[in-house]
Amino acid sequence: MEWLPFWPKDAAVSGHVVDTLYIFELALTTLILISVYGLMLVFCIRYWRGRKVDRTKGAAKSWVWEIGWTSATLVAFLALFVWGAKAFIFLYQPPPADIEIFVVAKQWMWKTQHPGGQREIDELHVPIGKSVRLVLTSEDVIHSFYIPAFRVKHDVVPGQYETFWFKATKTGEFRLQCAEFCGTQHAHMGGRIVVMPAAAYARWLTDQGAHESLARQGEALFRKYGCSGCHGTNSAVHAPSLAGVYGSVVQLDGGGTARADERYIRDSILLPRSQIVAGYAPIMPSFAGQIGEDDLVAIVAYIQSLSRPPGASP
Amino acid sequence: MTSIAAELPSNYLTREHTVRSWLLTTDHKRIALLFFASITFFFFVGGFAATLIRLHLVNPAGTLLQPDMYNRMFTMHGIVMVWFFLIPSIPATLGNFLLPLMIGAHDLAFPRLNLASWYVFNISGALAIYFLLAGGVDTGWTFYTPFSTMYSNGHVMAAAAAVFVNGFSTIMTALNFVVTTHRLRAPGMTFMRLPLFVWAIYATSLVMLLATPVLAMTLALMAIERGLHVGIFDPALGGDPLLFQHLFWFYSHPAVYIMILPAFGVISEVITCFARKRIFGYEGMVWAMMAIAIIGFLVWGHHMFVAGISIYAAILYSVMTFIVAVPSAIKVFNWIATLHGGSIRFDAPMLYALGFIGLFTTGGLTGLIIATVAIDVHVTDTYFIVAHFHYIMVGGAVTAYFAGLHYWWPKITGRLYPEIWARGAALLIFVGFNLTFFPQFILGYLGMPRRYYAYPPEFQVWHVLSSAGASILAVAYVLPLFYLAWSLVYGAKAGPNPWRATGLEWRSASPPPAHNFSGTPFVTTGPYRYNTTDDGYVSQDGSAGA
Repeated sequence: MEWLPFWPKDAAVSGHVVDTLYIFELALTTLILISVYGLMLVFCIRYWRGRKVDRTKGAAKSWVWEIGWTSATLVAFLALFVWGAKAFIFLYQPPPADIEIFVVAKQWMWKTQHPGGQREIDELHVPIGKSVRLVLTSEDVIHSFYIPAFRVKHDVVPGQYETFWFKATKTGEFRLQCAEFCGTQHAHMGGRIVVMPAAAYARWLTDQGAHESLARQGEALFRKYGCSGCHGTNSAVHAPSLAGVYGSVVQLDGGGTARADERYIRDSILLPRSQIVAGYAPIMPSFAGQIGEDDLVAIVAYIQSLSRPPGASP
Repeated sequence: MTSIAAELPSNYLTREHTVRSWLLTTDHKRIALLFFASITFFFFVGGFAATLIRLHLVNPAGTLLQPDMYNRMFTMHGIVMVWFFLIPSIPATLGNFLLPLMIGAHDLAFPRLNLASWYVFNISGALAIYFLLAGGVDTGWTFYTPFSTMYSNGHVMAAAAAVFVNGFSTIMTALNFVVTTHRLRAPGMTFMRLPLFVWAIYATSLVMLLATPVLAMTLALMAIERGLHVGIFDPALGGDPLLFQHLFWFYSHPAVYIMILPAFGVISEVITCFARKRIFGYEGMVWAMMAIAIIGFLVWGHHMFVAGISIYAAILYSVMTFIVAVPSAIKVFNWIATLHGGSIRFDAPMLYALGFIGLFTTGGLTGLIIATVAIDVHVTDTYFIVAHFHYIMVGGAVTAYFAGLHYWWPKITGRLYPEIWARGAALLIFVGFNLTFFPQFILGYLGMPRRYYAYPPEFQVWHVLSSAGASILAVAYVLPLFYLAWSLVYGAKAGPNPWRATGLEWRSASPPPAHNFSGTPFVTTGPYRYNTTDDGYVSQDGSAGA
């Protein structure tokens, strides 16, 4: 829809979804505004005081009209709601991801981490046509990860993992911005998303030099912080094994279940007492304040990798 | 027929002249004027910040103000305009002045509480001036945590204290209005005979009473975390940052209705009077306002669609938002239907009212666009939102405030304002407003985020247009200050009922005497008995005007 005047670039699947809906609502808005201004104008001129005109048939109290336009508005509004809600579910419920990127925000920069261990600052390189899932968190205040050309944003909240996704449909460079006020340099907390053809992307990944994959880095940290002492395969301590945990449904102590996504794993490290796995004693110490967001991301990636069949690429 | 109060020798303005008689007055009309002085001062304080912001944004590199100064300016603009102008604007001035007059009462139920409210307002105002002069605050008027509690180095505590104290003034006034509406209506003034302005003030007061305490609690919790480092909102201390947003918007969304419901009241009075026709669907208008007041409490989550709430919660808030828009749509339909078959005059209040309908409808329809969750994901926290809420709060609420100010000016001062100047200002406001804020819709969809002191150069043309509009708007908002002041001395004497309107306030003298009416009015009929064909009308006390 870039042929329209004053229209922003549209470079992702989500862009098309949002634009279609927006154009429809824009047309509807214009139509209603023309009617409102038009009727005001017509009535004002027609019934200008002093003009000789029949004023005896002016609209008077009428339940027919009132019920009519109230229900018509309600039905129209609900239709818009349904369309918007469906599109929203599409935007905010990630499909199975081809690539998963961890994003850590801080005043005033974006740190992105690829599964292969490549790190970028204020940039993110992604291949075209692949669904990219983002796991976002912040080290300090609330930020918001916003790519106008993709028509998507998501707030980045400290102490939480938020996820969303996109699939780029055009190659090129697109603006990345912070959309939630975060302090002095909020206006300059930006960067670029570089969408590349698959081959160029692969080349870019290798050009970044040899890297340990994010999961490998996490494995080292897993030992460094002593996690493996209890969660390792030969551990004497009675702690749940982490193989296959990611993506599974965990039975919790005292009934109930939890889906073991990134957020669950993170919470289990920082707030281990909040969700105890059924059959285990609440003996794990909290690591809150001891592991930085960057390390946490790597450890989470490692625990994720334990759920993949051996040899599968991250 | 002569006015009930015509033979009384002095009015509320001329009765006493000492400063003391003003500062210790319990007359609701004098207190309304005291509030008018206070909020007019803050309107121009907030306007000063807006002027600097628009000047600054002419240049994409943003070099006029330092980044921190820019951040403090938009925060100051928001805090001052929301709490020190918009929330008290129509209720504390026109509402204070007119509520007793319209229901045939001699004063509000608690005259001293009314005066106390003004003093509390000024204490909060002094705190606001203190935090502004001490260096300001850079959190935005929304005080989002953990930025406000742990990271901001502005005068957050003083700002929170100012807004906290301000809330007590709101609550005092609201309580007074609710009790007055229930207890002091003149004989025969049943609820379904109340003018729509009274209904609007009543509905607004209910929202104020229920919502404002939540703001006070939220700010207190924020101050506790900032001052004592008790973990409430900051995850590093074990708190939840989204909890703050839930609490804040639980107040601040209804606060939007606190601003716009009184505007609905003013516009309903003006439209029906200048169309010389009974308002279309009085009952529908009443229920629409009450529905907005109630459903308005269930939509706060639409400020948080992308904040990290569950997608099912987001969808629920979206549908509630569409539902709360229905009663607003009904009101627009009814105003337009009132024009049909009327006998329309275009005095300044009517021009403001017609402008209001256009601007409010624009704001309302763009509100539907952002209630559509999927679109909000793109435009939230951009200039689209800035444009939308200015269309509601400035295009809507402020325009209605000016409509009401002109409409009741003869009643308040006893003088007519200069019509030509007033019409000119009304047109200028409409043009300047659209030029200022329409480009911001385009900026928003293009992806320009809010609260940026610098921006990519391709957005400059829209910012320049917006700033050009703002300069027109600034002139248009200063104009009434001069011609209204001029009218105090040189304006023609108004007479009790210059618009030949039906409300009881027009049965008192202009300006009214100290206790409004010499006896107690007796209400025999509903409001708005205008006769389109012969231009006559029947006042609510049953007296017919020719």
